[in-house]
Amino acid sequence: MATQPNIILHAADVHKNFGGLRALSDIDLQIEEGKTHAIIGPNGAGKSTLLNVIIGRIPPSSGAVVFDGQVLTGKAPHEINQLGISRVFQTPEIFVDLPVLHNVMAPAFARRDGAFRVNMLRSVDSETEIREEAEQLLQDVGLYARRFDTSGALSRGDKRRLELAMCLIQRPRLLLLDEPTAGMSRHDTNTTIDLLKKIKSSGMTKVIIEHDMHVVFSLADKISVLAQGRIIASGLPHQIKEDPRVQEAYLGGSVQ
Amino acid sequence: MNAFLAQLLNGLDKGGAYALIALGLTLVFGTLGVVNFAHGALFMLGCFCAVTFRYLITLETVTIDPENLSPWGTPVEVRTPLVQNWFGDFGAVLVDYSVPISILLAVPAMLVIGIAMERGIIKHFYKRSHAEQILVTFGLAIVLQEIVKSFFGANPIPQPIPSDLRSAADIGVWLGMDPHTLTYPWWRIVYLAFSAVVIGGVFAFLQFTTFGMVVRAGMADRETVGVLGIDIDRRFTIVFGLAAVVAGVAGVMYTPLLAPNYQLGMDFLVLSFVVVVVGGMGSLGGAVAAGFLLGILQSFASMTEVKSLVPGIDQVVIYLVAVVILLVRPRGLMGRRGIMEN
Amino acid sequence: MVSLSRTDLSKLAIFAAIVLTMPIWLAPFGAAYPGLMQKFAIYAIFAIGFNILFGLTGYLSFGHAAFLGVGSYTTVWSFKLLTMDILPAMALAVVVTGIFALVIGYFCLRRTGIYFSILTLAFAQMCYSLAYSVLTPITNGETGLLLAKNDPRVLDALFGASASTDGLPHPTLLGGSISGYTGFYICAVLLIVSFYISQLIFRSPFGLALRGIKSNQTRMSYTGFNTKPYTLAAFVISGMFAGLAGALLSVTDPLAGAERMKWTESGNVVLMTILGGVGTLYGPVVGAWLIKYFENIFSAINTNILHSFLSFLPDGLEQVVVAVLSKFVGEGWHLTLGLLFVLIVVFLPGGLVEGSQRLARWLTGRLKGSGAQPHPHPAE
Ligand SMILES: Nc1ncnc2c1ncn2[C@@H]1O[C@H](COP(=O)(O)OP(=O)(O)OP(=O)(O)O)[C@@H](O)[C@H]1O
Ligand SMILES: [Mg+2]
Repeated sequence: MATQPNIILHAADVHKNFGGLRALSDIDLQIEEGKTHAIIGPNGAGKSTLLNVIIGRIPPSSGAVVFDGQVLTGKAPHEINQLGISRVFQTPEIFVDLPVLHNVMAPAFARRDGAFRVNMLRSVDSETEIREEAEQLLQDVGLYARRFDTSGALSRGDKRRLELAMCLIQRPRLLLLDEPTAGMSRHDTNTTIDLLKKIKSSGMTKVIIEHDMHVVFSLADKISVLAQGRIIASGLPHQIKEDPRVQEAYLGGSVQ
Repeated sequence: MNAFLAQLLNGLDKGGAYALIALGLTLVFGTLGVVNFAHGALFMLGCFCAVTFRYLITLETVTIDPENLSPWGTPVEVRTPLVQNWFGDFGAVLVDYSVPISILLAVPAMLVIGIAMERGIIKHFYKRSHAEQILVTFGLAIVLQEIVKSFFGANPIPQPIPSDLRSAADIGVWLGMDPHTLTYPWWRIVYLAFSAVVIGGVFAFLQFTTFGMVVRAGMADRETVGVLGIDIDRRFTIVFGLAAVVAGVAGVMYTPLLAPNYQLGMDFLVLSFVVVVVGGMGSLGGAVAAGFLLGILQSFASMTEVKSLVPGIDQVVIYLVAVVILLVRPRGLMGRRGIMEN
Repeated sequence: MVSLSRTDLSKLAIFAAIVLTMPIWLAPFGAAYPGLMQKFAIYAIFAIGFNILFGLTGYLSFGHAAFLGVGSYTTVWSFKLLTMDILPAMALAVVVTGIFALVIGYFCLRRTGIYFSILTLAFAQMCYSLAYSVLTPITNGETGLLLAKNDPRVLDALFGASASTDGLPHPTLLGGSISGYTGFYICAVLLIVSFYISQLIFRSPFGLALRGIKSNQTRMSYTGFNTKPYTLAAFVISGMFAGLAGALLSVTDPLAGAERMKWTESGNVVLMTILGGVGTLYGPVVGAWLIKYFENIFSAINTNILHSFLSFLPDGLEQVVVAVLSKFVGEGWHLTLGLLFVLIVVFLPGGLVEGSQRLARWLTGRLKGSGAQPHPHPAE
């Protein structure tokens, strides 16, 4: 009774078909508050599609997603974000022709001012509070030196870290990460792991999709395995490691 | 019933022109991915091919006939078109039929213009944003129409219908009605038949040649065709030239129905974009169907009964349809799902 | 002043100085007469407004002439029905245009990209044809809306402002005449105010949101911005600027005609903005001035002037050169304009402002030697 986990996100009985292709079937996924939940699975398993359903990018064919007591299905993307869900995309979605610093500041305005506000009387640069917060985050992800550069000029890995900072500045309750370290060097990957570990202690819930097992096992509290649109296993990291079905379907029996 | 039939017929030739322009517009958009705001100007250039041809063919020699005095006692100037000097009666026929014959000038001229446009400018805009494509082709449209204006002036230049075709056909009789209940000018019938032939020709070309197959494949899935390593570039040029020719000949034959002036292109551009949108971006069949549909709709809207019911409807009906379609069903009547749906 | 940093304030001050001293520095160019300088100010306002939509959000409207027309008609109606004072006329014009833009924007903004452009074009063409047909009671069709001696002018009558006995009344500002330089300075002040507002928007979080929409609409909505009202707000603001410009056209010359709503007018403002530099503060102003200036110069040149200009050439050559050049001046000015437009889009998409910045960077780079590497190239 005392340790009843608080479920912050529940995808209940979600199906998604693209024409004849069953991208998701029978998905029942529960995310515990404050935990890091990893979703792994081979290419084309439907991992990104699952995130797309959660954030309202595509409607599920059937089923519903509930976040903290509210049904997300049918809500507009900005409404879902305003509830406290941010996402890092598999291919970085950033403001390529804006300076890095403004990339990070813009989401902070959405957090502070809501989905729409005609705020013309102050200048962006005079918003010192938000500016400082953004600069701090840029320091954390290692992009501070490049804060005045146009973000389109960043490398692929840097774009990912920028997008992470853009999500973090929103202080979301739920952070969805779609392969946040793909395209990064080992060193940058480790910094990112450290950064994500640090926010783990701040109580933010995270869902992370990752192919890199090193990243998965260093961060995840819980792992679900997706294959051909179905969750074939779900459990604690050591359980997943030992699950023969998983080894067969995904890990190919070669994980230590 | 007869009034209804008459309006239906009246809409058809206009619809034919819309369909021909829209066909090229959507062909270029579907294959090249280019939004061509200069397409109306190509139609206008076609019109002026007819004007130029007639100008050339009616160049005259002036001889003074001393025997023949005018009422004022001065010798009369006799003007004979050169062609008549050279070819006699046949020359006179040439002059009479200048509009349809000028297609012979329009086809090569429009092909050259189209290819030059594509090679010179459009080619560099395949990878740039739609906004930039719109801007550059819009600029091109201005240039083309201003060039025409500087040579032909700003006033409309009417073109005659060949004298054999000036009367009206008593269509009612063909349908078993009383004589004179339903008549329709011969030239409009010619235009309708002409547009049907051109549309049929374009479809046949796309359907039955390997070239056409590649183009259709490209319209369905541009990336794949690019990956296949087919020499897209040359084909794009030809497609653009083809679209220019179709727009051009549509213009040539339309001149007797509407005296062309240099601004005509922009009016037709807006209309034909509406047609393309209504038919569905990138759908050839849609463009043709929507062209005729809107032509007929416009002709019904200009009936006095309708106008007295909804004043001004004839002016705006096309735009209203476009607005409604874009808002309610943005992929148009026959566009494929997911193409530009937002 | 609200929110402008020191550099912004000095930019504003410099801009104000440039605008207010136009009568002095335009004199050597032969352009320092009120009629033309008014046009400079008015079209700069039009372009500044257009740039708030196109430059910041990337939505390319081909229907802004409709707003210019609505502003003009409203102004003349205010002159006819209420008073010859220009303040209520301009206020009304801006409000009415704003409402009009709200309605049109609501529909057009449900689509993006080319569809948006076509929708705005269709709406504007619709207004244009209606102004010539059904709406003649309001627009007076081809003749255009004119003042008449026996217009009611309720407010003027109420306050007993004596209508001058001879001829048509003239627009006034608080009772004073606005002809000549006064008219110019009114336009100039409004231009400076418009520039200031545009500066505010450019600097503000609102402006940042608009740029975000241009840059990546997907990211905007997944970041919690509701992009629809943002674009609609930009559309309405930019429509109101156009309405103000239209009002000023009628204030300085009290008539309104449907040709102001034609697509060529819409095209003109696109052109001004592109020429100067889309999305920059000064670009639209520079573009508007250049185009209006050259329109004035070029369209006044005729073959006689060309002949006297080129008389140093040998005779035959002179004939040929004049014949060619005459296609580009006078009536042919639009041809020059169209060519310029194509050249700018092809070779200098950033417009003159960006072009000159690039030139300046290149020059300073040369002076400093090859050491400076200004910007790293994109990685992909
Ligand atoms: N919008 C769409 N329309 C049609 N099919 C889609 C769409 N999005 C995804 N799919 C298909 O659904 C399946 C699952 O795709 P998804 O992107 O979710 O895989 P994934 O698990 O994220 O793979 P990866 O590890 O490569 O990112 C794939 O077969 C994909 O082709
Ligand atoms: Mg994926």
